Amino acid sequence: MSLPATSSDGFWSDTGKTGIASWIFSTDHKRIGLLYLYSVLGFFLVGVLLGVLLRLELMAPGRTIMGPQTYNATFTVHGVVMIFLFIIPSIPASFGNLVMPIQIGARDVAFPRLNLFSWWLYVIGAVIVLTALFTGGGPPDTGWTFYVPFSAKTGTNVSLAVLGVFVLGFSSILTGINFVTTIHRLRAEGMTWGRLPLFVWSLYATAWVQILATPIIAITLVLVFVERVVGTGLFDPSRGGDPIMFQHLFWIYSHPAVYIMILPAMGVISEIIPVFSRKPIFGYKMIAFSSLAIAAAGSVVWGHHMYTSGMSDTAILVFSFLTFIVAIPSAIKVFNWVSTLYKGSISLEAPMLFALSFVLLFSIGGLSGLVLGAAATDIHVHDTHFVVGHFHYVMFGGTGFAFFGALHYWLPKFYGRRYAEKPALVAWALMFVGFNIMYFTMQVLGIRGMPRRYYDYLPEFARLNLVATIGSWILVLGLIILLVNLFRGLFRGEAVGANPWGGATLEWSIPTPPPTENFEEDPVVTHGPYDFKGAGKP
Amino acid sequence: MSHPEHKDYTGAKFGMWLFLFTELLLFGGLFILYATYLTRYPQQFAAGGKELNVVFGTANTVILLTSSLFAAMAVTSVQKGDRTTTLRLLGLTVLCAAIFMVNKYFEWSAKIHHGIYPGSPRLGSAPLGESVFFGLYYVTTGLHGLHVLVGAGLLSWIGMKVNHGKIHQGDFVTLENGALYWHLVDLVWIFIFPLYYLIL
Ligand code: HEM
Repeated sequence: MSLPATSSDGFWSDTGKTGIASWIFSTDHKRIGLLYLYSVLGFFLVGVLLGVLLRLELMAPGRTIMGPQTYNATFTVHGVVMIFLFIIPSIPASFGNLVMPIQIGARDVAFPRLNLFSWWLYVIGAVIVLTALFTGGGPPDTGWTFYVPFSAKTGTNVSLAVLGVFVLGFSSILTGINFVTTIHRLRAEGMTWGRLPLFVWSLYATAWVQILATPIIAITLVLVFVERVVGTGLFDPSRGGDPIMFQHLFWIYSHPAVYIMILPAMGVISEIIPVFSRKPIFGYKMIAFSSLAIAAAGSVVWGHHMYTSGMSDTAILVFSFLTFIVAIPSAIKVFNWVSTLYKGSISLEAPMLFALSFVLLFSIGGLSGLVLGAAATDIHVHDTHFVVGHFHYVMFGGTGFAFFGALHYWLPKFYGRRYAEKPALVAWALMFVGFNIMYFTMQVLGIRGMPRRYYDYLPEFARLNLVATIGSWILVLGLIILLVNLFRGLFRGEAVGANPWGGATLEWSIPTPPPTENFEEDPVVTHGPYDFKGAGKP
Repeated sequence: MSHPEHKDYTGAKFGMWLFLFTELLLFGGLFILYATYLTRYPQQFAAGGKELNVVFGTANTVILLTSSLFAAMAVTSVQKGDRTTTLRLLGLTVLCAAIFMVNKYFEWSAKIHHGIYPGSPRLGSAPLGESVFFGLYYVTTGLHGLHVLVGAGLLSWIGMKVNHGKIHQGDFVTLENGALYWHLVDLVWIFIFPLYYLIL
């Protein structure tokens, strides 16, 4: 089944079109995956820049580099860019497209043209969002959550921004439909559900959430748009509407959306850990099942964002209880990863370091999530920097670090060259240290009562804020080293063969870089994804 | 190394059904709002419902149901390989859509003429729940109307493909999916009609 690695350029050369058209009109899942990858990376850098500006403003009390209105706009745009343009499409749309079809033994996704259309919708949505920053009343200042009544009243350009997010949601739905259909219909012979790589399982669960949750935010944003344009009054108390209904509708999507963000990352970790421990994954079935369980349970916990909204006490109790249930499948995964490491022959290379830091950072984020899930404690830390620290731990420490791990793990396969190991380790160490200095400090600040979304604070918070800001510099320094080393390596680094890490999933059985059609002949799968006996040694 | 173009009939329908779910959920958000506001303002909703014209509503229901029948028949006739009948039936479906929209136009203009529209002075002085009712009415029927337009556009495009022989007895899944979409548009209306025109 495994084919010899050839020295051809694979999908890089073998195409009918030329120049830029061979990319932006390509229906090859690998090219679309790379298009997504560079788009989300670009927006990630924009978001990081804005985040660093936020931290600079908070470096000292009072006005440091910007005033209140600019600060409001900056954290809103930082949030919108990071959530809708970076993290939701990050792993599923880039690495999902790049490797999922190969991992199931397919030549492409089920609907290649729809796949290209999704990317175009993403670009169009992004352009609309960016246009909103420079037109109308200026960049939105509502926070990424667009809460009414403020979002219905503010003079900034919220209308265009929600329209852009609507289009981005449509793009996300189409990717979801495409992936579910692909995984059902295009698995190679012998690729049973029990042999699906766990990354594919996680994408499968994610895709369902994308399909089932995204329409709700679509209609919610439409309502905000209509409210602003014609004033239907559906959320306006002076005309009988109820702003809390907005919060319900918003979080019915946006809570499941955090599982769109984290599940694919968990999939990446489930691929990296067994390969770098040279041991089959512990508890394959439970990891696969817990992805679905997280997706299902995660759909009914949205109310935990609303404990202080004035919703009924019964509802608070029920949502609090349900929230604790989501912790179970998440913990199952963590325990399984740790058990996989046990007595493994662990090699601490860059992808593995990112994977291991994922496990730690995600656990810190998850445990602080329990503090927020319990209504009694949440009421004290709601809307403080504790929350900001919490979601950066899960989204950045979790998904972000998994994304960096995936960059190091899979990109050499597609470029045929790899990064240098030493600088990658330095970059990882700086990022890990900087990250914890910044966000752990923010959590402490939150517990002491520093609210989120303010450009100024009381003098007693000054010292810790300075520490957090210094952390952000260390983090960014690490990030720069990481990206320079990674991309220099991909273009000029040492060449790699078909299977540099000794993985057993199908993508390592084909030549590097993969040919346009992925497989010379339709593969027949005879062993599980973590059965390393037959796989080549690194 | 060449491979025949990938065609997967079941996959195409599977994908379409998934898409239809998302459409149901899109309208689902509006139905949730309807349910909550109805329990909060039962009297005002009843008063608002009385203002709606049952004749228009019923006529549009009959028209949409008939159009769905035409769409289903178009699928059968393309399966039988009868291109002319397929085109004729698609034409009738689109015609029904047009009549539906014309009716809607008259219905809305009559309402607006009576001073019932979002932000109107009349609704401003009405009891609180009534403006919520009409707000929902306009958003829901407006979004549905938009879907009628999209569906009609889709079916016309499919008609062109049938005419050019791109959709035929051997490969008709696009038409079938178009018809499925049309049935969804119909189905959503089947819920809107009683909720707004009948039960209140
Ligand atoms: C170097 C990287 C980053 C820095 C320095 C940074 C910094 C910050 C700061 C200081 C805030 C709080 C603003 C406030 O409440 O006063 C914030 C908010 C936020 N950040 Fe980040 N962040 C970074 C990366 C990320 C990443 C990777 C994500 C998501 C994947 C993210 C998502 C968010 C969101 C959603 C908010 C909330 C915005 C709002 O309140 O509406 N950030 N960030």
